[in-house]
Amino acid sequence: MSNLLSLVTFIPLVAAVILALLARGDSEDSQRNVKYLALAATVFTFVASLMVLFGFDSSDTGFQFVEEHSWLLGMQYKMGVDGISVLFVMLTTFTMPLVIAASWNVSHRLKEYMIAFLVLETLMIGVFCALDLVLFYMFFEAGLIPMFLIIGIWGGKARIYASFKFFLYTFLGSVLMLVAMVAMFADAGTTDIVVLLSHNFGSETLDVFGFQILGGAQTLMWIAFFASFAVKMPMWPVHTWLPDAHVQAPTAGSVVLAAILLKMGGYGFLRFSLPMFPVASDFLAPLVFWLSAIAIVYTSLVALAQQDMKKLIAYSSVAHMGYVTMGIFAANQQGVDGAIFQMISHGFISGALFLCVGVIYDRMHTRDIDAYGGLVNRMPSYALIFLFFTMANVGLPGTSGFVGEFLTLMGIFQVNTWVALFAASGVILSAAYALWLYRRVVLGDLVKESLKSITDMGRREKMIFAPLVVMTLLLGVYPALVLDIIGPSVAALVETYHSNVAAHGIVSTAASTASY
Amino acid sequence: MIASDFSTVLPEVLLSLYAMLALVVFVYTGKDKHAALSIWLTSGVFLLLAAIIGLSTAPDTTSFNGMFVDDSFARFSKVVILLSAAIVLVMGQDYAAKRDMLKFEYPLLVALSVVGMMTMVSSGSLLTLYMGLELQSLALYVIAAFRRDSAKSTEAGLKYFVLGALSSGLLLYGASLVYGFAGTVEFVGIMQATQGGDLSMGLLLGLVFVISGMAFKVSAAPFHMWAPDVYEGAPTPVTAFFATAPKMAAMGLFARVVHDAFGGVIGDWQQIVAVLSVVSMFLGAVAAIGQTDIKRLMAYSSIAHMGFALMGLASGTAFGVQAMLVYMAIYVTMNIGMFAFILTMERDGRPVSNIASLHMYSKQEPLKALCVAALMFSMAGVPPLVGFFGKFYVLRAAYEANMAWLAVAGVVASVIGAFYYIRIVYFMYFGELSEPLDVNPARRLHIILVVSAALMIAGTFFSLFGIETLAQTAAVSLAN
Repeated sequence: MSNLLSLVTFIPLVAAVILALLARGDSEDSQRNVKYLALAATVFTFVASLMVLFGFDSSDTGFQFVEEHSWLLGMQYKMGVDGISVLFVMLTTFTMPLVIAASWNVSHRLKEYMIAFLVLETLMIGVFCALDLVLFYMFFEAGLIPMFLIIGIWGGKARIYASFKFFLYTFLGSVLMLVAMVAMFADAGTTDIVVLLSHNFGSETLDVFGFQILGGAQTLMWIAFFASFAVKMPMWPVHTWLPDAHVQAPTAGSVVLAAILLKMGGYGFLRFSLPMFPVASDFLAPLVFWLSAIAIVYTSLVALAQQDMKKLIAYSSVAHMGYVTMGIFAANQQGVDGAIFQMISHGFISGALFLCVGVIYDRMHTRDIDAYGGLVNRMPSYALIFLFFTMANVGLPGTSGFVGEFLTLMGIFQVNTWVALFAASGVILSAAYALWLYRRVVLGDLVKESLKSITDMGRREKMIFAPLVVMTLLLGVYPALVLDIIGPSVAALVETYHSNVAAHGIVSTAASTASY
Repeated sequence: MIASDFSTVLPEVLLSLYAMLALVVFVYTGKDKHAALSIWLTSGVFLLLAAIIGLSTAPDTTSFNGMFVDDSFARFSKVVILLSAAIVLVMGQDYAAKRDMLKFEYPLLVALSVVGMMTMVSSGSLLTLYMGLELQSLALYVIAAFRRDSAKSTEAGLKYFVLGALSSGLLLYGASLVYGFAGTVEFVGIMQATQGGDLSMGLLLGLVFVISGMAFKVSAAPFHMWAPDVYEGAPTPVTAFFATAPKMAAMGLFARVVHDAFGGVIGDWQQIVAVLSVVSMFLGAVAAIGQTDIKRLMAYSSIAHMGFALMGLASGTAFGVQAMLVYMAIYVTMNIGMFAFILTMERDGRPVSNIASLHMYSKQEPLKALCVAALMFSMAGVPPLVGFFGKFYVLRAAYEANMAWLAVAGVVASVIGAFYYIRIVYFMYFGELSEPLDVNPARRLHIILVVSAALMIAGTFFSLFGIETLAQTAAVSLAN
């Protein structure tokens, strides 16, 4: 089927439209129908995306399932996936049914809630499939609207501040990218990503208002894209919107944010920054390395000091994303493989951790760490699952968290040993904050009156965690499952990158990068 | 010769004849008893003329010795003006009827001002320009003060008149300087006089004055001072009119003058227009943040939007004009929808314009709230709504004219502006329940609001309904 990707992308949107037009009233029946329809749509999307995965030929490094229609302004509607993007599509379609299932107890404006998530799913899949610059931007940017509403309507106490901060922060980052896209359009005469990937953007030194810009146009565009993706990732020091957004968002919103939305930044680096601006990437890689190293160490320390469980996990996300950026710009097979692997695995682990917080938040309506303690006495299965994902978050060998961290560290070690040294210390710090969190919440004696009657997870909740546990373990013991799919595409990416850098690079900086 | 001259101005002649005839007939028959008829009739005439002009395939011609130009650009602008005027007129009827201001003169004054606008976008000389501009403005001054018993409305009319007269004076002074130094008032002649590429000091001064006068009419900062007060003070149907058709006309005139008359010296006006654009975008974005009145907010929003449209113009290319036209068409559509909504805002039968009264509007009227939210995101330029494409067009025009700095300034301003647009969404969706607005049964306004919002969403899927090609034809006819 030639328009399989469009099908995968737009099933949720169609379901959202059906919900908007047909669902009426607040009766129990209609609420149940809304939930089942949303769940069915996401499951069906997942099944359809499995067809993409099974039809995907991983030895082919080009784009597959390509479809193309002309559109306005000389742009086109073009979709396709390659080894780098296909797994992100899978991650999205895999996560969404769990997200819907985790929202089973929502009753406040349920219909709108489901519509927002379904629309968001379409937009997220679209980001990973779009092969046209402007189409990509539209999906990328439009995702702000449902997320803004999700945080603002179903969020916590300070939701308004958090939703505005989320919207304006990310909007500012991405409009700069828009200007760079206009520049690329003007330079290459097309918005087709496939063509742009083989287009050489100018890298001669430019003189702008008396400043010498090494790497020229590439550097300027790289910075504009960086502004967008660094905010989205998020990288230190533009990460401050994330803890606010995570804390205020409803559980499902946090899961989507952590598991999928953050990955758009990393995907953007891989799709645009690295292959399209190789000279600038090479020139500015040290900047990314050090920002990543700071992110890993600093945000891990910050996480240690948190009182709010969600905030702690949010900071831990920032730290883990540090490994990703570091791995991407190491620009070797291990680094990039590891970065993608880390993103996928972080999608499962952090999603699961936010769900873990959601489980006890649903019961106690607080995320304050001090309000808990000794949960193991009343909630043994919860304690087990929480322990499993805490360990995965720390990067215990045998879980997927280990593979990503190990590969990225290996990748960066070949390029910059000092950064590798600092980044590796993050592994210890993450163990510190994660285990300490676990001890304070789950272990010890159950002394708090309010917790005496807390109940363990029900069947629905266990069902939600089951697939995440399976995936985390499976990828931990058999990482080839992912690496085989991404490997050839990554190899091609890395090879083109290095030949481009060699052909057009700035000699002085290339040398200085290598000398560390 | 005379016959062919008149055939090119036929729509204008018909409309003026209609206005004067209707004035006489209504005075002698029943005056305000027929006010509703007068509204529908005028709207009908507008639609008819829009159809005639829009479907005409006549080649580009000039008449009256080059004083009047009929080209694709003029036709595009006229269709936008006529359509928006027709819709806005019909929108205001209920509002006016409830407040005892349903007068038969109102639609006829609008018709006369539309004649002025049509003349403006077709002008081929400084004299036609001034004639059109004054006809338009005089009618607008009157309708701004249409509620004679309201101090605010009268104040708005007077303020508009005094400042408008000042700007007309500036423009006229500039025009006389241009005439003095170029020796002609015709755009073709001015074009020839500036052929060498450098302007004499007198011509340059004249150009600056003319641009200042026009900047006043489009309410570009720093000539924007009248806009918030007039928007707030004038009756809402009149405000809705101010925000749509006259803006298109003034932008059309602006493009006409800088390209037709001064197209040979782009470098001289480009910087001025670029500065107007930047200042407008930032002023519109920043000053709107503190507003609590939705009409004032829309005034600042339109100042910011004019800044973006001017960005297209500042590029000085045919593509820039195309971008400006697309932007204006989108802007007008969004504003019609938004004002249709503002017209329904009532509490206990009295119009309210306080933004805080929208608290939790989404609970009360989910569909309308959704439409307004779509319009707000569209105005903020968030894809996939059509407003984004307007911004994308002008950004591209500015970038391709080597004004990347202008594009960067524009997107930064649009982020600041996004704040107050999403603040309205915040009130409607996240706020606490407050005293609700009346349920306004005005079906007509609902339909207009829904259609406008639907266009903002559907335009993305239907390639902006082909407006791109029309604007391109129009732009090419102007900028060559």
